[in-house]
Amino acid sequence: MSTPAITVAEATVHYGHVLALDRACLTLEPGRICGLVGMNGSGKSTLFKTIMGIVTPDSGRVSINGESPAKARRAGLLGYVPQSEDVDWDFPVSVREVVMMGRFGHMGPLRIRRRADREAVDLALERVELTDFADRQIGQLSGGQKKRAFVARGIAQGARILLLDEPFAGVDKRSEATIVRLLKELAATGVTVLVSTHDLHALPDLADEAVLLMRRVLLHDSPAEVLRPDNLALVFGLDLTGTAGGGDAA
Amino acid sequence: MSLIELALEPFAFDFMLRALATTLIASIVCALLSCWLVLIGWSLMGDAVSHAVLPGVVLAYVLGAPFALGAVVFGFLAVGLIGAVRDTSRIKEDAAIGIVFTSLFALGLVLISVTPSHVDLNHIIFGNLLGVSATELVQVAALGVITLAVLVAKNRDFTLYAFDPTHAHALGINPRVLGAVLLGLLALTSVVALQAVGVVLVVAMLIIPGATAYLLTDRFQRMLLIAPAVSVLCALIGLYSSYYLDTASGGMVVLAQGAIFLLVYLFAPRQGLIGRSVSARRRRRRLGAGQVG
Repeated sequence: MSTPAITVAEATVHYGHVLALDRACLTLEPGRICGLVGMNGSGKSTLFKTIMGIVTPDSGRVSINGESPAKARRAGLLGYVPQSEDVDWDFPVSVREVVMMGRFGHMGPLRIRRRADREAVDLALERVELTDFADRQIGQLSGGQKKRAFVARGIAQGARILLLDEPFAGVDKRSEATIVRLLKELAATGVTVLVSTHDLHALPDLADEAVLLMRRVLLHDSPAEVLRPDNLALVFGLDLTGTAGGGDAA
Repeated sequence: MSLIELALEPFAFDFMLRALATTLIASIVCALLSCWLVLIGWSLMGDAVSHAVLPGVVLAYVLGAPFALGAVVFGFLAVGLIGAVRDTSRIKEDAAIGIVFTSLFALGLVLISVTPSHVDLNHIIFGNLLGVSATELVQVAALGVITLAVLVAKNRDFTLYAFDPTHAHALGINPRVLGAVLLGLLALTSVVALQAVGVVLVVAMLIIPGATAYLLTDRFQRMLLIAPAVSVLCALIGLYSSYYLDTASGGMVVLAQGAIFLLVYLFAPRQGLIGRSVSARRRRRRLGAGQVG
């Protein structure tokens, strides 16, 4: 068996007294697409942050391609597509420049762009079909195009692991289909994709496997199995007991 | 008198030349930094740090240490205290900023009052552009060059930090380090600008040029050209008008910045108030002409 792309072993994270992640375990093989399902406050973002090394777990361990997250980051293995709310869409930056930010790891400390960088950016833009929009300010794209711009950044970076936080929020059906196709193409080249989503309908079409998260990993199985009503009730049904956040699931 | 004579006359005096050099350096450095401050949302932080450096500058004066050192120490102290108050109590950040910087500024005022020196309070508060000595100019120039060099070298990284610190982290670039370097530069710049316009008006130079440029372009790299250009223009307008109208020089520089911001705010082609309302009206009319939904 190959080295897993992502291994999270018994990771526990506290924010102050709040338990955000409770002995979470997750192993993802390279080239797989995994959907992360759970309501707000279930620890989805914390799990992402833990994998990216923004949050260091109180106990437990994370490894990326068998290496430490720090080493994986320096090698440029980790690509990240932020949630829409986390981006300043008025920022004076063009689509091309956003994608160019994926190349920083390939440049010297002054970030002087070379021909290889420009070519990689052009190629990535072509791949996500945004070549004609390259010189637009990033906020002047549609919801789906914005997501594709950030996926292009990951492609230009040469990321082998792509984390997407709610990529289908505010995205119309056609763009959603384009993104799904794109992610599948990437997975076919060996890129591992972890997607957190509220859009449960998109899941069977997109993902090879799915994870049900409620601070712990309750279930890690095929999307069909995870989406069975009795399994979803494990997560979304618990909402009534008032454990955490609002139930804004599908 | 010809226009050229009018333009050159003030600079027949050495003190006016030094004033010009100081203002230009302060204008350029502050304007560049302001581009990032405005986008990160650190305008209030700029205000806070520029005031909080005062006790550091006074202590440095007393101890005979470089002003810059005292400023940076107290700049970081202020940021640290603001963060501590915000994170360890129910006080929100704006209140924490207000508490910390005024307290430190007050400490500076008290230190000045007990320091047997010829540090004139008025000069610190309102700047002493016309009284800049040759040594002070050298110090301002050195700080300006250092700040400029770091900003130019790390331009792309700071922009990445302002736009998407999480992505910086994902690439193995530590966003905390970038933030700290920016804050350090903010403290250094405050010392430079303090000479020019005084502690009260520093914040204008740290916000207005960047904000003006932001309304004029959708490209950050262009902001880095527009902001210093606007700032230098205002410095010149301010200096000349203060010379010929016999008014406070620091005040005139900032007044010029405010006036240009107002013009841009109203008349900028796309982001200006008038441009925006015209294009909104055009959009409405187009919608009205088409299908009424």
